[in-house]
Amino acid sequence: MKNLVPFAAVAAFLMPAPLFAGSDDITVENAWSRASIGTSRPGAAYMTIHNTGEDAASLTGLSTDLAAMAEIHRSTTNEENVTSMAPAGTIDIPAGETVALEPGGLHAMLMQLQRPMIEGESFSLTLEFSDGEEIELEVPIRGIAARGPQD
Amino acid sequence: MARVRKLVWLLCGIGILVLGSAVLWQRTTSTPTAESEPAIVADFELTGHDGMVRTEEDLRGTWSLIFFGFTHCPDICPTTLADVAQVMDNLGPQASQVQPVFITVDPERDDVQALADYVPQFHPSFLGLTGTPAQIESTAKTFKVYYEKVDEPQAPNGYSMGHTSQLFLFNPQNELVRLFSYGTPPSEITADMEPRIAADSS
Ligand SMILES: [Cu+2]
Repeated sequence: MKNLVPFAAVAAFLMPAPLFAGSDDITVENAWSRASIGTSRPGAAYMTIHNTGEDAASLTGLSTDLAAMAEIHRSTTNEENVTSMAPAGTIDIPAGETVALEPGGLHAMLMQLQRPMIEGESFSLTLEFSDGEEIELEVPIRGIAARGPQD
Repeated sequence: MARVRKLVWLLCGIGILVLGSAVLWQRTTSTPTAESEPAIVADFELTGHDGMVRTEEDLRGTWSLIFFGFTHCPDICPTTLADVAQVMDNLGPQASQVQPVFITVDPERDDVQALADYVPQFHPSFLGLTGTPAQIESTAKTFKVYYEKVDEPQAPNGYSMGHTSQLFLFNPQNELVRLFSYGTPPSEITADMEPRIAADSS
């Protein structure tokens, strides 16, 4: 047992402190994406991000080896039923709040796919926060006509 | 507060009634005035994802659920395609009387082959339509559909598109009977269509 103490101390020292600061406070659920046809069209991924901590969190960016360019986008529909999308910038998640990335709203836009998104596979996606914290998650790839995480 | 809210609802209700009767009145008057808005009609000549020339006459005799989009759209368009596929599944045997149609607003990237690769993946019944930029423009005009290129440097060819995202339901006489805004749950669309199709075929 007593060997564990120095080990933990060394481990804590080796890991850059901000990387895991508060990472217990952010949880991601129901991540999913749709299969692509080839690599010429952008993909999108969806998920629910909870901030269970006491402090606000700011999601500033995304990275994945699946796409050369990944960023949070927002689709909006105006009064004339015209829908368009644009980069959403930083996403603030107040303490205790949940932000949903879901069809027709916020989505993780995956541009310049490096390989096709194949149904049944998954890819790893890293969420980057303003305090330097990063959360890496596996996003399952559902069928092309999937409508949610369960499809 | 509750009373105020009731009053607001009541006023809204009256507003809708007045508006509704105005629309009905406009529809039943036979002489269209210069300032009355032209109705949404399906009037097009385009090419199907099978390479065949299609016009609105091909939709006569069947219900059609028509929507506009582009295949490089990662969010709204696949969601709409998936929703319509769900409606088709929900309709069961009635689905054979419905033709879902996806019309591209991005003819530069969505040629026949692009549509053939993409649209049927969502549901085998789907018909994808494309055309020359001029054909798409005149089609959009008859549907009163708006679309525009939006700069998106990271996207293929450097642009994305904004476009009207509602669904158009036409009856077998090619008359517009209902619009569904983006995000209407497939269950709601199905519930709206079932009695119409049943009444029509009885
Ligand atoms: Cu996007």
